[in-house]
Amino acid sequence: MNFQQLWRYQDQFIEGALITLALTLIAAVVGLAIGVAGAALLRSGSKPVRLAIRSYIEIFRNTPSLIQIFLIFFVLPAAGLKLPAFEAAAVALSLYFGAYAIEIVRAGLDSIPKSQVEAGQCLGLTRWEVFRHIVLPPALRNVYPAFTSQFVLLLLGTSLASQVAAGELFHAASFIESRTYRSFEVYAVVCAIYFAMVIAFKALFAVIGLAAFRWPVRR
Amino acid sequence: MALVEIRDVRKSFGQVEVLKGVSLEVKEGEIVTIIGRSGSGKSTLLRCINALEKIDSGSITVEGQAVSAGMANLRQFRQRVGIVFQAFNLFPHLSVEKNITLAPLLTRKIGKAEARPLALDVLGRVGLADKIDAWPERLSGGQQQRVAIARCLAMAPHLMLFDEVTSALDPELVGEVLKVMEDMARQGMTMILVTHEMGFARNVANKIVFMHQGKVWEEGPPAELFANPKTPELRSFINSVK
Repeated sequence: MNFQQLWRYQDQFIEGALITLALTLIAAVVGLAIGVAGAALLRSGSKPVRLAIRSYIEIFRNTPSLIQIFLIFFVLPAAGLKLPAFEAAAVALSLYFGAYAIEIVRAGLDSIPKSQVEAGQCLGLTRWEVFRHIVLPPALRNVYPAFTSQFVLLLLGTSLASQVAAGELFHAASFIESRTYRSFEVYAVVCAIYFAMVIAFKALFAVIGLAAFRWPVRR
Repeated sequence: MALVEIRDVRKSFGQVEVLKGVSLEVKEGEIVTIIGRSGSGKSTLLRCINALEKIDSGSITVEGQAVSAGMANLRQFRQRVGIVFQAFNLFPHLSVEKNITLAPLLTRKIGKAEARPLALDVLGRVGLADKIDAWPERLSGGQQQRVAIARCLAMAPHLMLFDEVTSALDPELVGEVLKVMEDMARQGMTMILVTHEMGFARNVANKIVFMHQGKVWEEGPPAELFANPKTPELRSFINSVK
């Protein structure tokens, strides 16, 4: 074993890790927005809208995300939309995460009793105000653990973007390995970096959860 | 003119007709108590009055305005008609203060500076000013129900509806909620209550309405109704709740 040799590639490791972070955060934020909007529309949208959202969810949850990335990177250009590797991966992963996020948020919304909605309506609030102020916060709390684990899967799943050379951590690893032929060492380091990122995010989410969801709940 | 006029209201859930032509008048400042067995349509009638349920036929007017689930100014209407539920329905993620001020801030556009004094004022009226910063989950059932009443009072309603508001409470907590309601009655609030508290119905209400099988079976002043029930159904009901 020889880790010494890898030291001179630290910039590549760091850059790869930063791109992994960027991909993860973009997909998580965009995906969560898709999740909230999609779940809201599944409840109140017209039938064609609901059908469109359901189709989107089924397509993205039941096909390999690697192929989703390929489709957006290799096939969309044929339709005149050419995206660079990073952007294509970000779009694909956002759509992938969004499909799961809709189902997660929907479960959260379903967990809020109808009586809460009625109480809001009876105070003269609009449907949007009831959703935003009364239903959504406790709903998000109820599905926060599910969201966190889906986020971890997303972070690890960004490694698929290496297949279109998006420059993230796994792609950096392949590059370094091809230069050093130190497969075991390279992938051990990369594994450790993924592991550290996941642990750090879990700690961060725990802190965010404590700060955002302060109200006591009956168990 | 009566504050609330209900004319021949019918309402079905699927095949089951719950209200079979109900008519009722409530004058301003009147305390009307609706009593009757489970399934007699009491709560449904109450929910129709603030358009939580859509009526199939007949009419309901409040302050001269026809009530329907699709009415144009439903939002403004709901602000004038407060309703308190059996299960309190406080918002668990908001402090007592925010529970009370959420709707005034959003619908009446009161300023942030006015919000806390408003909450303190209405909490004072239900005797809970010291709980303004508490979480609902940390309060007893009786306290939660009083906060729910304060939340309605913050909207300065013209009419209050109470749907079995003491039914979910431990017996020793019922009194504090009834006392708040008695205070409101004394201050001239128009109130319609569905309740099993016969003592309250007898002592505070101006009018008792006995519902049976989706109809107003008997109505009148409490003393008269309790002393001389005209129908065997009311007589048997009174005997069963004694």
